[in-house]
Amino acid sequence: MANGKSVHKLRRVYVWEQPVRIYHWLNALVILVLIATGFYIADPLALQSSKEASQQFTMGWVRMIHFIASYIFFFNFLFRIYWGFVGNKYANWKQFIPTSRRFFREMWQVFKMDILMLRGKEHMSVGHNAMAGFIYFFTFLAFLVQCVTGFGLYASMSTGWWFPKLFAWVPAMFGGDFFLRQVHHWTMWFFILFTVIHVYLVFYHDYVEGRGEISSMGGGWKFIEEDVFEKGMDVPNEPTKS
Amino acid sequence: MDNATMQKSPTYLEEFKRKGYSRKDFLKFCTLMAAYLGLENSSVGQVVQALSNKPRLPVIWLHFQECTCCSESFIRSSHPIVADVLLDQISLDYTETLMAASGHQAEEAMKNTMTKYKGEYILCVEGSVPTAADGVYCMIGGKTSLQILEEAAEGAKAIIAWGSCASNGCVQAAKPNPTSATPIHKLVKGKPVIKVPGCPPIGEVMAGVIVHVVTFGRLPELDGLGRPKAFYSKRVHDTCYRRPYYDAGLYVESFDDENAKKGYCLYKVGCKGPSTYNACGVTKWNNGVSFPIQSGHGCFGCSEENYWDNGRIYQRASAFPGFGIESTADMVGKVALGVTAGALAAHAVMTNVRKKKLIKGLEKEGKESEKELKD
Repeated sequence: MANGKSVHKLRRVYVWEQPVRIYHWLNALVILVLIATGFYIADPLALQSSKEASQQFTMGWVRMIHFIASYIFFFNFLFRIYWGFVGNKYANWKQFIPTSRRFFREMWQVFKMDILMLRGKEHMSVGHNAMAGFIYFFTFLAFLVQCVTGFGLYASMSTGWWFPKLFAWVPAMFGGDFFLRQVHHWTMWFFILFTVIHVYLVFYHDYVEGRGEISSMGGGWKFIEEDVFEKGMDVPNEPTKS
Repeated sequence: MDNATMQKSPTYLEEFKRKGYSRKDFLKFCTLMAAYLGLENSSVGQVVQALSNKPRLPVIWLHFQECTCCSESFIRSSHPIVADVLLDQISLDYTETLMAASGHQAEEAMKNTMTKYKGEYILCVEGSVPTAADGVYCMIGGKTSLQILEEAAEGAKAIIAWGSCASNGCVQAAKPNPTSATPIHKLVKGKPVIKVPGCPPIGEVMAGVIVHVVTFGRLPELDGLGRPKAFYSKRVHDTCYRRPYYDAGLYVESFDDENAKKGYCLYKVGCKGPSTYNACGVTKWNNGVSFPIQSGHGCFGCSEENYWDNGRIYQRASAFPGFGIESTADMVGKVALGVTAGALAAHAVMTNVRKKKLIKGLEKEGKESEKELKD
């Protein structure tokens, strides 16, 4: 970036397609709901009520909300995997799984510039930077763990259709429900920590890059400097244009 | 089970009559068992038929690292025929606790059963097998538990692992498991092993498993963990009479509070019913008198693998591995959250210091643009 020399020429880039944005916010909403209801299920409040038990269904409702949210979460997650194959290059699975040396080079660069705060060349990634993409790969693994452990716990208490029964093998793999629900509870903390760091970094990138990072998940646009187009440094996994 | 030697053995009905039970008692017993097995009304005849005509099943009952609570539970199951006939008559072939013979005579009896009924007898094992120090921690008649098990398992038709010790090691396999107590299914290969976990398992459940084998000539349907589905497919929670309080959100907060007197759900004082697969809520204990939750104490989770290490008795949350026994995932999580928040605050400060030039550049650029814009 040519600091202070002149005013940048920025170009509008459609980074996050509408399905990605809908996925993102739906995911954010259901994760919030799942965490809140999950905490309640793990340690319910001490309710004081003069009503008969037959007139109340507090835990029942909370669990129902948790289960509905978990279905949305699961199928939203499946959709995102699908979109990783048909969406634009910023949504592609190659953003998350390293397939080139350039990916690792950019991760190292992000580590130096954004974490160690060393001075040097800023990375010019447009979508996720390589480090972010790789961390998202782990969030997808955490999604998978939560879905498998959650539906594993749910399988034996579900009475309806076949889908939850697909996870009936899970408790046996974990040696029973005791350990399974602990893993489910531990993994939730990964989501909380991730969310805090994620939201911070969105503000951070908006602040130091000035490309509209925060609003990009609203309209899908980021505003990219002209010289990035010239150097062709937008996608970490694609070979550098000469 | 139709070989010549077996035909000479008396049938169950003959044994019952010899013991002085009437046919009415016998039919009651058959109906009871059919109900426990989850059979339809029309299948009672099948049980009657089988127990009237089939010769009694030869059983060898071994005891290793255990407390004999499984045997105690078995002889206290609700119908006296279970104790009097199933155990007395069937397993008298060899069972250290209840057989009349001792010493060499007893060993002789076991050897006889093993050769006479090779491939036909059911091997019941109570207790885990210690494998540390070449098995010296549990030896009978000069042989280690493992040697005895392997000898007896070779000619067995099937193996029933009674109780949590034999199914998953129970207390002696809890950390640090000094004797390397090992459950039966990990030691015996190539033989079907039915796990009947519980500390102890319910007597009726134990009788039900044997009656199923006798009636249908095959093992009951097992779940993913090797337990009979008829008794272990539902959680204690699912059949608990306090379940409506759980769904309503009404919980005992401490054992001496008003909610405890009202009989609210014991979830928050550590009941493990929601994670425990057993028939306690339906079958209950000691002739259907009660079960732990009914007497005001949460479920222990005694039929679940690793229940000693996996949880706390009076709390829902368990220790987070690597952070000491007092820790919980939430405590560790809150500290991690605090550390993260601190690190991010430091990062924010450092950003303003180290990237000052960059940020100033952006600000300057923005201000220049602002001035160029005309109102």
